[in-house]
Amino acid sequence: MLVHSRTARRAVHTLFLVLFLPVFALPLVVIAAASFATAWSGALPSGPTLTHYQDIVRGDAPRALLTSVLTALAAGLAALTLGTWAALAAERLPRRARRLLDGLFLLPVAVPSVVVGLALLVAFSRPPFLLNGTPQIVITAHTVLVTAFAYQSVTAALARLDPAYEQSAAGLGARPAYVLWRVKLPLLLPSLTAAAGLCFALSMGELSATVMLYPPDWMPLPVQIFAATDRGALFAGAALAVALMGTTLLVLLAVSRLRTRATYR
Amino acid sequence: MASATKAPAPVRTAAPRRPGRRPAAALWVLPPVAALAVAFLHPLALMVWQSLTPEDGGGPSTAHYTQVFGEASFRDALTTTVLIAAGATAGALLLGLALSLVIAFVPLPGGRAIGRFIDLFLAFPSFLITLALLFLYGTTGMANGLWTDLTGDAHGPLDFLHTPCGVLLAEVTYFTPFVMRPLLAAFSQVETGQLEAAASLGARPWRIVRTVILPEALPSLAAGGALVLVLCLNEFGIVLFTGAKDVVTLPVLVYTKAILDGDYTGACVVAVVNIALSVALYALYRTVMSRTGGGAGPRRGGAPHRAGA
Repeated sequence: MLVHSRTARRAVHTLFLVLFLPVFALPLVVIAAASFATAWSGALPSGPTLTHYQDIVRGDAPRALLTSVLTALAAGLAALTLGTWAALAAERLPRRARRLLDGLFLLPVAVPSVVVGLALLVAFSRPPFLLNGTPQIVITAHTVLVTAFAYQSVTAALARLDPAYEQSAAGLGARPAYVLWRVKLPLLLPSLTAAAGLCFALSMGELSATVMLYPPDWMPLPVQIFAATDRGALFAGAALAVALMGTTLLVLLAVSRLRTRATYR
Repeated sequence: MASATKAPAPVRTAAPRRPGRRPAAALWVLPPVAALAVAFLHPLALMVWQSLTPEDGGGPSTAHYTQVFGEASFRDALTTTVLIAAGATAGALLLGLALSLVIAFVPLPGGRAIGRFIDLFLAFPSFLITLALLFLYGTTGMANGLWTDLTGDAHGPLDFLHTPCGVLLAEVTYFTPFVMRPLLAAFSQVETGQLEAAASLGARPWRIVRTVILPEALPSLAAGGALVLVLCLNEFGIVLFTGAKDVVTLPVLVYTKAILDGDYTGACVVAVVNIALSVALYALYRTVMSRTGGGAGPRRGGAPHRAGA
């Protein structure tokens, strides 16, 4: 407690809310409000309507949403496997090699996503990997971009893990594979599900690399939102954005319930 | 772990205690590294190679670089990128510091909910912020609508979203939580006893912040700032959604050259410059992190194990 006087505290809190609400809370509220409106010329949106949502259901938005979900599931799963594997393997390495591996796996965070898209486009448009124009190139790009986060969170979780469990299992004669499968992975399960949720959310919202290389028949939802706002259909774009946020939130919620169950085991 | 990284010569870890385990461990690393090499490193290498290959064949040359560096659009994009990134980082640091100080040390009802909300914010794509700002400050939007309602004018006064200021505002909004996560983690480590002692000795709140809290939080602040700087340099969605023709950053230039103009080689050159800038900064960030041991969670998305909460 830094400010003791009640009036001063109230002043600080007011200032906080004046800064916090417009900057962080309002954007999300505003998008939700706009998705039900036809015009916004006054202080509040006008012309309440459900047309945008009806259009979503009728148009090709469900397909885009499905594309996004499938891409995010595939990329999240691949990234989780790759990141967990690398993090587990890195743990056994000498310190210098581990730092090298850290740098290698975190490099995609530093490289701009647009550039990742361009690089994949350049590399996979020629043999031996002809992926240009297929869904796989989008999934590969998303996997590259989110693997860093899976790797990072599993590494952090491994560092917090009490080595005593592993050691006692090994001391009782368990083989390394058995220790990994029956001791380490169950202990890591809460972190793994959280990492999966994060990867899924990031992949759902990925636009920069996707816009460089999506094929016409595999158009994720963020690209469609951009297409809508780019042609001036802001309110339809807002409805699509609500659909995107809603789906992401639902999956995150499901993951967090899964996680609570995993921690109780 | 923090103290271990400071020791220049590790004494005990040098001798391999279990010989025969290390080669196996090195082998286990190979599959993920191979996957990364195929999907990421090899494309990057090919991109660099393409930026060095002249159109008429022959050996590598820097002709494309000279050409791109000579373009005014490239120099403008470089300046714009750096200026916007620096401005957004400064803004995010100031705002994040102020908000985190209040959340941590002047607790208000619902503070935990606010923390959760910030976690959630990080899971949303950045372009949604621009979309929201269009409804807030756009030519037809809440702020201008309020103005026309009150004054009866035909147009509101605000029209800055298509200028660098709009991009700046969106980036500050989106990246402030990236500063707040590590800061809140660092603030939770500050001993309340120290604050009480300083306060009972008569220090004013501002002095306590300056002499007790800030020195503790400085590594996290530096780490968060460096990370946000890199992310701002790489930001694309926010700028794309503003639809501003006169705000061209390096990632936007890469997109324009490759997709709209079909000039892949030129795009590769810009991309290489962008990578060099970002990776150099990111390397600096990692060095700061390992030096200060600010590892309490100041990574992108903070401690990601809570992001799904």
